[in-house]
Amino acid sequence: MKKILCLVLAFVLLSAFAACKSTVEVDENTFADGDQYETIGGELNVLNWGEYIDPELIELFEAETGVKVNYIEMTSNEEMLIKLRSSDSPYDLCFPSDYIIEQMIREDMLQPLDMSKIPNAKNIDPKMTEITNIFDPGNKYSLPYMWGTVGILYNTTMVDEPVTSWGILWDEKYAGQIYMYDSLRDSIGITLKYLGYEMNTRSEEEVAAARDKLIEQAPLRKGWGTDDLRATMENGKAAMCVIYSGDAFCSMDAVEDLAYAVPDEGSNVWFDNVIIPKTAKNIEAAHAFINFLNDGNIAARNTEYIYYSTPNKAAMERLDTYFTENETYNPPQEVLDRCEIFHDLGDFTDVFTKAWSAIKSAN
Amino acid sequence: MKRKYFAYPYIVWMILFIVVPMFFIFYYAFNVDGTWTFRKCWETLTDGQKWRVLLMSVEIAFGTTAICLLLGYPIAYILSNMKKTVAGFISVLFFVPMWMNFVLRTYAWRAILEYALPDMLGFKTTLTGTVGAVLMVLVYDFLPFMVMPLYNTLSKLDKSLLEASRDLGADGKKTFFRVVLPLSVPGIVSGVTMVFVPAITAFTVPALIGNGNYNLYGNEIEQAFKVLAGKGDYSIGSTMSIILLICVLISTAVMNHFDNDKEGGSIL
Repeated sequence: MKKILCLVLAFVLLSAFAACKSTVEVDENTFADGDQYETIGGELNVLNWGEYIDPELIELFEAETGVKVNYIEMTSNEEMLIKLRSSDSPYDLCFPSDYIIEQMIREDMLQPLDMSKIPNAKNIDPKMTEITNIFDPGNKYSLPYMWGTVGILYNTTMVDEPVTSWGILWDEKYAGQIYMYDSLRDSIGITLKYLGYEMNTRSEEEVAAARDKLIEQAPLRKGWGTDDLRATMENGKAAMCVIYSGDAFCSMDAVEDLAYAVPDEGSNVWFDNVIIPKTAKNIEAAHAFINFLNDGNIAARNTEYIYYSTPNKAAMERLDTYFTENETYNPPQEVLDRCEIFHDLGDFTDVFTKAWSAIKSAN
Repeated sequence: MKRKYFAYPYIVWMILFIVVPMFFIFYYAFNVDGTWTFRKCWETLTDGQKWRVLLMSVEIAFGTTAICLLLGYPIAYILSNMKKTVAGFISVLFFVPMWMNFVLRTYAWRAILEYALPDMLGFKTTLTGTVGAVLMVLVYDFLPFMVMPLYNTLSKLDKSLLEASRDLGADGKKTFFRVVLPLSVPGIVSGVTMVFVPAITAFTVPALIGNGNYNLYGNEIEQAFKVLAGKGDYSIGSTMSIILLICVLISTAVMNHFDNDKEGGSIL
């Protein structure tokens, strides 16, 4: 009896292993543009957000190019900046957000991209590069990887009114069922919007008003979260939370009762772009990886896996209408019209940081 | 003479992992962009917000220590009166959870308080994000540090002293307060130190269990490094680290004072 069990187990394991293997095999349809990758070799150190790539794509890239990819994860833009600043930073490729890229360009930390090595850049929607142009003039140093909005994910069994204003986060009806996003720019940004100010304000009074508003929220707030918010919402442990559109879409895909809204006061539209820091070593492989990610088929597979919106036009054409017609994944123009992009605030960042520290320690 | 060579690895270890990091903390606290200045330091010292957080950290550390002492003393006392083999077995049970990583245990508590317990009791919301939850998990984490030194002291207590006390007419209560308690002060002191110091510097528990609602001084330091260091500013975080270090030194000194008083009374 035991022997049979062992055999069965071994068989299951083997077939599972075979199943894993087979997806990595390169077939004709893998690359939309019939790309043939040369063997480059060496190592590529990639620094990216958690759960922000289909891991099979990394294996595929390794198989194609012979490059060994070391994939390291981070949890915030600020943390990434610390890692890239260290004198012996090993990273060849990174995916920071808009305002940080603006700061990095200002501080001369980035390597200009060699577009001749990224022919797939043509797949990127010109409408998207038009926006990224704002923080990276001419898209010289970066190409968009994923984008999205900031909004409210809510449970329709607990919230039966339509969510149209950030004000619902201050509604006493939902005391103890509200989670905020544990990120300086996002939380202060939406509060500024709620109060009718700009997200990139340089007025100390306006930031102070947003700070007081968030401190006033403390008794209603259940807590602050980041990646853990998805599990909290999917398990029905909170009525609503502030979240990025990609995470919201992923949760809505898993649980029917959830819905996402970008409030009427406006919000933030953000871009995570791929960059090569000045300290990068394997520049050849870094360019090949960027080109690989921008292949229509690869980008489509990636976005289907992580649920964040792709700026890749070729990928959008391949996606199911489940993605393309979803307003969370592909927000209509009227939503984008009321969204702002974050800018690097330079020295004024201090004012935000101080306000943030006061908010986080207020109880 | 030769024996002192055995100390060298330890000295190298101390220099590498204690002296050098301390040097960096002091260096970055007083050195901003290559110039020596007290400006940033002063900015941190005059920031009332940070002192409020420190006060809350001290309060929570006091709470944790007090609860640990109230729970730990009876446990240690009962253990010390048991048969050696039984007591040994039970104290191993106390230590078994500590073989598992501290962060993992905290994550386990998070799952329990967020899903398991509320589902069992039929609550709609989670139990995380309250000061009670933070205190409870801190007590859970540090209780063994209180029980073990107390148990060691109490089990070494000379039983003939207790018999003498009874012989001289003291009842159980009197024996406990006049004999057992004063003699166990060294155990209380090391237990309190071993709980208070990690509790005041705790930052994993408030971060994971407090939902970010109860930022303690450790979290504030992390925040200072995470947010500000992106701009190459380490001085605020370093200054706060020094302040915390001073708090730890003061609490240890106070504790040692108690200890010395009872044992010799000659120092101070």
